[in-house]
Parts: sequence; C-alpha cells; structure tokens
Amino acid sequence: MNGTLKRASLACLLMFGLLMLNVNYLGAVKAEDYRTDSRNQRAFFARYSVDRGWITADDGKTTLAKTVDVGGDYRFERQYPNGKMYAHILGFFAPESSRGIELAAGKYLDGSHPDLLVRRAIDFISNEPPKGASVDLTIVPKAQEVAYNALRASGKRGAIVAMNPQTGAVQVMVSLPTYDPNTIVVPNKATAAKAYNKLDADEQDPLLNRATEKTYPPGSTFKVVTTAEILENDPSVTPETQVAAPQVLDLPQTTVGLPNYGGAACGGGQVSLRYALERSCNTPFAKLGMELGWDKMREQAAKFGMGEPIPFTLPVAKSDIGPEEELAALAQLSIGQRNNQMTPLQMLLVAAGIGNGGEVMKPYLINKIVGPDGGVLDETKPDTMTEAVSPEVAAKLKDMMVSVVQAGTATSAQIPGVSVAGKTGTAEHGDNPAPHAWFIGFAPADNPEVAVCVFIESGSAGTDATGGHTAAPLARDVMQAVLQAK
Amino acid sequence: MTAAAVEVAPVPMTAKRRGAQLAMLAFAIAVVMGAYASVGLGLDGKIPAGMLTYGLGLGALMVAAYLVLARFAPWADPLLLPLVTLINGIGLVIIYRIEQTGQAGASATNQLFWTALGVVMFSATLIVLKDHRALQRLTYTMGFVGLGLLVLPLVPFIGKEINGARIWIGVGGFTIQPAEFAKLALVVFFAGYLVAKRDVLALAGRRLLFIDLPRARDLGPVLITWGFSLAVLILQKDLGSSLLLFGTFIVMLYIATQRTSWVLIGVLLFLGGAILAGQLFDHVAARFEVYLNPESQALYDREFGGSYQLMQGLFALGSGGILGTGLGEGHPKLIPLSFSDFIFTAAGEELGLTGLMALLMVYALIVERGLRTAIAARDPFSKLLAGGLSFILAWQVFIIVGGVTNLIPLTGLVTPFMSAGGSALLANWILIALLVRMSDAARRPPPQAIQDEGMTQVFQR
Repeated sequence: MNGTLKRASLACLLMFGLLMLNVNYLGAVKAEDYRTDSRNQRAFFARYSVDRGWITADDGKTTLAKTVDVGGDYRFERQYPNGKMYAHILGFFAPESSRGIELAAGKYLDGSHPDLLVRRAIDFISNEPPKGASVDLTIVPKAQEVAYNALRASGKRGAIVAMNPQTGAVQVMVSLPTYDPNTIVVPNKATAAKAYNKLDADEQDPLLNRATEKTYPPGSTFKVVTTAEILENDPSVTPETQVAAPQVLDLPQTTVGLPNYGGAACGGGQVSLRYALERSCNTPFAKLGMELGWDKMREQAAKFGMGEPIPFTLPVAKSDIGPEEELAALAQLSIGQRNNQMTPLQMLLVAAGIGNGGEVMKPYLINKIVGPDGGVLDETKPDTMTEAVSPEVAAKLKDMMVSVVQAGTATSAQIPGVSVAGKTGTAEHGDNPAPHAWFIGFAPADNPEVAVCVFIESGSAGTDATGGHTAAPLARDVMQAVLQAK
Repeated sequence: MTAAAVEVAPVPMTAKRRGAQLAMLAFAIAVVMGAYASVGLGLDGKIPAGMLTYGLGLGALMVAAYLVLARFAPWADPLLLPLVTLINGIGLVIIYRIEQTGQAGASATNQLFWTALGVVMFSATLIVLKDHRALQRLTYTMGFVGLGLLVLPLVPFIGKEINGARIWIGVGGFTIQPAEFAKLALVVFFAGYLVAKRDVLALAGRRLLFIDLPRARDLGPVLITWGFSLAVLILQKDLGSSLLLFGTFIVMLYIATQRTSWVLIGVLLFLGGAILAGQLFDHVAARFEVYLNPESQALYDREFGGSYQLMQGLFALGSGGILGTGLGEGHPKLIPLSFSDFIFTAAGEELGLTGLMALLMVYALIVERGLRTAIAARDPFSKLLAGGLSFILAWQVFIIVGGVTNLIPLTGLVTPFMSAGGSALLANWILIALLVRMSDAARRPPPQAIQDEGMTQVFQR
C-alpha cells in the first residue's frame, strides 16, 4: 500500500503546489488590478487614511483647508473653515475626484510626492498614518475677504483677481457665485455626487472659476494693449500726440459705422492719445488698430501672453483676439469687441505688465510647500513670463493710465494719498443689451505692489453697468486692502 | 570494527523529541500572542487587554494537551500538535480581529471556548482510544453513524437552514454541523470496508477496453457513496461536503486497491454528477458562471449566486499584496462571512501573500506528517485510515482555499482550524488525535529483544 500512499502524497503535494501558485498569482500579479478596481472600497478608505497636509495663507497664519482625525474607516476628514470664500482656489478633495489646489498640489498634500519618500518610510515603519506636506498660498486673506464681501454685497456675478506685479504672487482670487466645498468632501460617494451634480446643474454655474476658466470680451480695457502697440510701433508717439477721433468711424466694406460709447463725441474730432484713453473713445483706437494691421496686433497680444493658455497653478482658459478677418473686425477687436475673448487673469497680467515696466511676471498661487516636520520643501521663485513692452512704452502707458483714474472714466478707483493707474471697460457682446463691466489697474503707480482686475458679468449688474461705476469702486477697495495688509 | 564500537552505536530508534515539541509549542503560542498584540497596535495603538487572557488561555490548553499526549502517546509525532496550535491560534486572532470590526457572528470568546472543547475531545480520544485498531471492529457502525449524521439536517424540526444550505441541526442553544463529524465516521468506515474488501475489489471483475471493471456487487459501495453525495448536494445544497466525501472515498479506494481505473471511474461519475447538477439546479450553474467570469459586473451585482463575495475576497487579497497591510490595518468587514468560509482571504489582506504562504505551508506540513504516519504504519487499516484522514484534511483545504481564490468553483466548506465554528473545530481536533494516536503506534519501537543475544540482531520496523 505504500506505493499508492506515496502517489496520494504526490497528489496532496500537487494540490498545495497549485494553491501556492494561485495565491502568488493573485497576490503578486493580479494584486494591482484588484487594489485599483473601482468596486474595491479599500481604495476609497485609503483616500481618508492619509493625514492630508493643510492649505494655509499668510505664512501659515491663516488656515484655509485642514484635516481632522475623526477615527473609523474614514479617518481623516477634510474641512474648509471659510469654504465659500476660497472655493475656486482650493477646489475640493471629493471621494472620487479633486480640484483646485487640492488637485494641483495633490501629491504634496497626500504625501505621495517623491520629496516626501523618506518621511513616508518613517511613518510606515513607526506605524503612523502617512502625513502630507502643507501648502502655503500667496493669497492675502484680508484682501481676499474684502474682495469677497464687496463683490457679494454688490449682488453681482463676476471675478476679482489681484497679484503683486513685481513677483506674480496672486493676492486675491474671488469668483461669484460660489459654493461650499464642505458639501462635496463628505466621505460618501452618493452624497458627494449628489451635491456636486446639483451645483453642476445650477444655471448660475457656481463651480466655474470666472477668473481663469472662462473668457469674456474685455471691452475698453483692451485699449491698453492697442495703445501699447501704437507706442511700440512708433517711438515718437507720446501721450500728447494728436489722433483723429471722429464721432463715428467708417468701417471698410460695411455700411454701419463704429461709434463711441453711447454715440458721444470725443473732444473736437482731434484729441491727444491721453485724452482718448481717459475718455475711452472708441474711434481713435479702432482706427489706429486698423492701421497697425493684424500681424502687429497679434504680436503685441502674444507678448502679453494671449494666444496660449497662461501657465498657472490652476487650469486657465486660452485668451485670444480671434482669427484674422476683414479690417472691420480688426477695428472692433482693437477696442476689445468681436472675437476678442480674455480671461480676467489675462487682463490682470496686462495691467501688471505695464505696472512692472513692461515685464509680465508669471502668476503663481503656491508660496511654499512645508513638510510635516516643518522644513520647507519647495518655495516658488518669481519668474518672468514675457517682456510685453519696453520700459519707455510702459512708462508712457502708466502715465496715461494714471490720468484715466485722476480725470477719466475711473475716478471712483482713486485712493486718497496713493496714485492709482487703471483702465475701465464696458463690453457689449452679442445681442445681449447688458454689457460686462471691467476694470484693470495697479497701485501705487510708481512702485506698484498690487495689480487688480475686476470683472462683472453681463446681466448681473443691469443694462447701465459700466466699468467706471460698477467695477472701479470694487477695485479700489481691493487695492486698498492689499496695501493696508502689508 | 570492534565490539565496543557496536555497543555505543545501537540500532537507530525513533526519538520521542518531547523537548523539541514543547519548544515548538511555546514558539507557536509566542507567535499567536505576538499576533494579538499586533492586532491591538494596528487598531488603536495599544496592546489589547485580552492578549494575556487569550494567550495564556491558549497556552494552558496546549500544555494540557501536551501533557496528555506525553502520557498517553509518548512516541507520537512531535510536529502535529505545535502546527495545529499555530494555525488554531492564528485563526483565533483573525476572528478576534474581525470581531473588533463589529461583523455579526464573529466571536473570539466562542471560538476560544470551542478550542478548549476541541482540546478536551483531543485528550479524551487519546485517553479512551488506547489502540486505534479498535475502530476497525466498528466499521459498519461507523458507516451508519456517518450516513445518519449526514441525513440529520434534513429531519424536520431538528434541521436548520442557514445561508441557503441545510447543513445544520439545532441542539439546545447551539447549532451543530453534523457533516463535520460524519466525515470522520465515514473515513473510518471507508478504511475498514476497503481493507476487508480490497482483494475482491482489486482482483475479481472483467476487463473492458483498457479498464478493469469490478463486479457489480463490489461496485455497490462506490455507487452508493456517489448517489449519496449527489443526494446531499441536491437536498442540502452543500456542494462542499459532497465533493469532500466523494473525493476522499475515491482516493482511499485507490490507495487500497492500487487501481487507477477506479479513480477514472470515480472522476467520470463525479463529472457526470456535476454536469447533471449544473443542468438541473440554478445554484450549481451559478457557481460555474461565477467561477468562469467573476469580474463581470452583471454577476457582481446579482443578488443571489453572484460573485460579490468572491470578488470582495479577491479585492482583500489584492489589497494585501505581498506583505499585507498588517494585522488590524485592513478591512475584513467588507467581505461577507469573512470569519467563516472566507477567513483565508481576510488573512490574506492583513498578512499578505507571505502570510498565506506560511499558512499553506503549515497545512502542508500537517498533511505531510499524517501521510508519513500512514507510510510508517504497520497494518493496512492504520495505513488506510491515516492516509484517508490526511487526505481529507488536504482535500478540504484545497476545496475551500481553492474556492475562495477562484482556483476551482467555490463550494462552501470551513477552513480547518481557522474558520469560526464549533463542529468543525471539534471534529478536526479528533482527527488530529487519531493521527497522533496512529503516529504513536507507528513510531513506537517494537518490544526490545534482549541485547545479549548477539550483534547480528536487526530491527525491522
């Protein structure tokens, strides 16, 4: 019987061999598939097993997003103490997706970034939950609060974005209407999805970051770009150079003319460039734009960063002056109409570039990354994005923009004791009678510490909205808040 | 060669290795206590208060078992008890760990109680059964007892249906799974019957093509067992037990008769039965469907007979990866019945591939010690009984572990010594006691002849 017993033993050996092979196949080869299968809830739990890094501002003194240890399967809960005010910057850390800084700096926040490898190994060995690095933003909380409250008090939809023109550090970024990210971060896929879908279906589009994710016709604020090219093109042109300013400009190949705002006259038909910008006359810039031609206008636009998505921490829609068409179209886009589509962030860069002597700094939101042990892992160094205009042209433009605030359309942006430069815009678009209202500017004009762009979406401000009345006062409050926070 | 040299090198004899056994037992207990501590540290960073109670409780039990073994079966295989202690202890720890997640039905206290009772049964078997060959005289009694136990759950009022399988009986406040005891009785019956009949089974018969067909009346028991397995399968929806019994019987038949043709007939009969059952019964067909395509979303979502539980087990294994999450760090609660049929996958998540290989290795070693006992045994009945008991253990591990890892279609069975459940634990401790008893007999040196008879004396074991 020993022979058959030995063969039976072989059969047992074979059975255990098969079991072991199969277990190895599952545990080593198939493991990755099973681990990442969407039906495997562990991946979901794992999202909450990390002591996620905090998001702060003001060198860590203000907490924008924090993690609370609540224990259980969903151990670390994400909270946004001032969620609505910062929603479009921070984004959210939802069960199945993330957005904003939570997405952009996700690898630092959840500790999976290679820089945190050593730290993660220590946590693993000491059986501590993995801890992420915290992210400190360049936002100035006091100014953000002022911007948010002012825009909210006005009851309008729109965006306010401000940055330090000399560094590119974004100081304020507000978009309204907003939402509360705390409702989307609940650790329950169904509840979170329901909250998200409700926001997504909202006609007011609260999820949209109006400062970066959508383009709008910039209206007269774009005259700054046109003026920049006028000055660049001919160095002999000064603010006092006289330009033609008819009441209505004949557009080639069309029967309609291009009037000034409200059909008004602009001086005596022949005005200085300074006066044209102060009053925001349409006809001189439309005429000069046509004379410059498509190529020069496009080239100048590109020097401010248009035509390409601006490199930024958050997703940015591409701003562009549109495709080449007949000359009449060039006249319209020279005053910020037609296919001219800009994000508020892009128009901010126009103001900031002029304020910074023609040099456009690359905008950024992340000040520094601080490891769980308090050491700085990364710190953003200011970087030049483009050279938009020469320092001479920038000086001339600045001079004219100061006049706009002192004696032109933007007097409501004045700050006592501080010289402010700016340009308003009131952009009609399509058949919608209600215009968008814009303001771009910077202060103090001589050594600017803040550049700002205020954008009020059409319709929300009524049909009589103008950049000067609607947008400029908000810009003034925000610039003042930034300057006072220093 | 001098006479003196021969005197200091006597005939090689089996060592008792009692000291080694005690050391290994202590090691097994230490591993289990370490695992307890690890669960506590993993769950809330503290060593659990129950560690000493459970650890020392298990330790005391095993020392008692060791003392009984040392007294009543001193020549027994030294590895069996420590190996079983280790796997029983790991099972306790995992059930304790699952109990902490609040999954209903997992109770470490109950399992420790049943372990204690298991050790009592182990000791009682060793004490009462001085010579296992006494069982040979009970062949037919055991056969009837076994069949009776198997049918018991079908009796109205006594039988209970839990989770879709009618394999339980209620006695007092307890539920008992009689099939676990039936399996022991039937192996004893098979061993006794086959030893008595093996010659007629093997020799008489006709040759058809290349297969030796036995006489119909000798084939009777095979057919009866086959029919019975199918009946159990149909009436109790217990695929696992019927597969277990039938496979064991075929292998014991082969060991006894040396006829490959019998294995062939058995396999053909089984396949026929399985295909027939698959055609006739939805729940059997469902198992095949799930086996072939467990990841299908439709099967995953199916409420009855779907792949949800299987996939949860595989997700757990995959999430454990090679080293596992560590005890107390996984999510066994996600696997339905993780403390019972699926305890192996729950272990896989927290102990990883490494831990599972170790567990399989321990099972394989237990089986190996049993088979070694069978080969060393001196009489056919002992050989067949030890071989059968070892095989049924290996076969059970293969069926359930293979099932939850989707190596073979899933049929429910308990994982020996690990799954929560009193009946299985008691029955398996008795099984180990029988192996220990037989290994004691096999390893015990025959009565020593008087050494003075001369130097040419040779011992043949």
